[in-house]
Amino acid sequence: MLHLYSHNGINIVLDVESGSVHVLEPAAYELCKLISDACYGDSAYLKVTPESVFINSACPSVFKDKLISVFKFDSNEIEDAYSELKELFEEEMLFAKRDYAINLPEDYPVKALCLHISHDCNLRCKYCFAEGGDFGHGRKNMPFEVAKKAIDFVIERSGTRHNLEIDFFGGEPLINFDVVKKTVEYARSLEKQHNKNFRFTITTNGILLNDEIADYINREMSNVVLSLDGRKEVNDSVRYDVAGNGSYDRIVPKFKKLVENRKGKDYYVRGTFTTQNLDFASDVEHIRSLGFNQVSVEPVVLDSHDPLAIKEEHLEKIFSEYDLLTEKLADIHKKGDFFNFFHFMIDLEQGPCVIKRVKGCGCGTEYVAITPDGDIFPCHRFVGMDEFKLGNVMDSFDTKKELLDYFKQSTVLNKPVCEDCWAKYYCSGGCAANNYNCHGDILKPHEISCEMERKRIECAIYLKALEAIGDE
Amino acid sequence: MKQVKTLVKKTLKKSACKGGCGECQTSCQSACKTSCTVANQKCENEARK
Repeated sequence: MLHLYSHNGINIVLDVESGSVHVLEPAAYELCKLISDACYGDSAYLKVTPESVFINSACPSVFKDKLISVFKFDSNEIEDAYSELKELFEEEMLFAKRDYAINLPEDYPVKALCLHISHDCNLRCKYCFAEGGDFGHGRKNMPFEVAKKAIDFVIERSGTRHNLEIDFFGGEPLINFDVVKKTVEYARSLEKQHNKNFRFTITTNGILLNDEIADYINREMSNVVLSLDGRKEVNDSVRYDVAGNGSYDRIVPKFKKLVENRKGKDYYVRGTFTTQNLDFASDVEHIRSLGFNQVSVEPVVLDSHDPLAIKEEHLEKIFSEYDLLTEKLADIHKKGDFFNFFHFMIDLEQGPCVIKRVKGCGCGTEYVAITPDGDIFPCHRFVGMDEFKLGNVMDSFDTKKELLDYFKQSTVLNKPVCEDCWAKYYCSGGCAANNYNCHGDILKPHEISCEMERKRIECAIYLKALEAIGDE
Repeated sequence: MKQVKTLVKKTLKKSACKGGCGECQTSCQSACKTSCTVANQKCENEARK
């Protein structure tokens, strides 16, 4: 399967099953499109296969005639294009088929926890999927005893995995920061004995940040996610406290200071866009103007009836913003500056293996969320949905087998809709919670998310192509 | 080649042989807690490098 697209005069072909990416001159691009259409397109006007096309020593006349009459390419150009595409085909980098097994494990060790250190929050963000921080189950903080058990749980269930991840999440984790510190200390005390390496991350709205906490985060956390939606008016219209006061002025100076002292360690300033700021490229630009260069601004996740929810009718505008952002990033990179937009990051060469690409985020298998009461859920997005409770770390480290089996199925290979999607090895069939909330089935992708993901991948690959062409 | 510039050669098949060690970061632990974006995760499998 191929995905062919042109962006700003650059013709790109992604060979889905091999992972190869090529930039084509116009003659090769049009020829490749004709062959792909003839073999697999809706108007598969010829009963041909790539094998039957590329067996020829010269470009078959059915394609050549069209390229000459419609596109006015000259014969030599067409023959060059044909022989080069043929070479790619023979080297299994064009129209490749998957002729190998993707061996997924029988059992998954748990290696990552989303630790809901507090189900309380000092903000009341309009779009919060945690229903104001408590996930609909009452405001509470995680006692240290629960956090300790959660660490014991991940050590016991992680098998031979060396790198273990703990994300302090909420609600707002700084509300219960003493337990964060004790948990880090406890986990570190066990690393050597169990041959584990803990990586801690924290997601905060910044309201309670102070110098002492920032220093601690910069020392102990491998990544910190700082929530800010962009321009002050955008941020404050959706991110405000109980009294309705926006958070922008209180958090931006603290975020700047924290990042200045981070000494190159990872961080993300992470925003959300809604129907109120469909011009979100301006928010990314604004965050950059504040001096931040690792940014993620992501579409809101809400029930489709909510006025802030992204719907089909917004996609055109969203795509044009992604295009705008792509051009901005291209300009920034051209000047040799560093700026990382999370959703345009792609590692084509040494990125994740195909096994990771197929199974995705590990929700309910390698990754689980633990609530302040010790309840185990498949991930932070399933917290509060009692039918998905896997167990409780205070009672036992056992987890419901039937639910684990259900989430084990959640690979792109088991999602029929994804079978013919060119992006299947880049998103693994989407977020299980989005899928469930939309269709009541973790294996049925949320279409609007798919549309946006495909657009982002196109932008990301285009930026890589631009980089490669610029290097010549 | 005059008509084609290859940015990336075939990578997926090779990655199936030595992949699956599970040492890489979980995607939701990086920045996104609301979408599933796996193609940007760093591989941490020394055997693949």
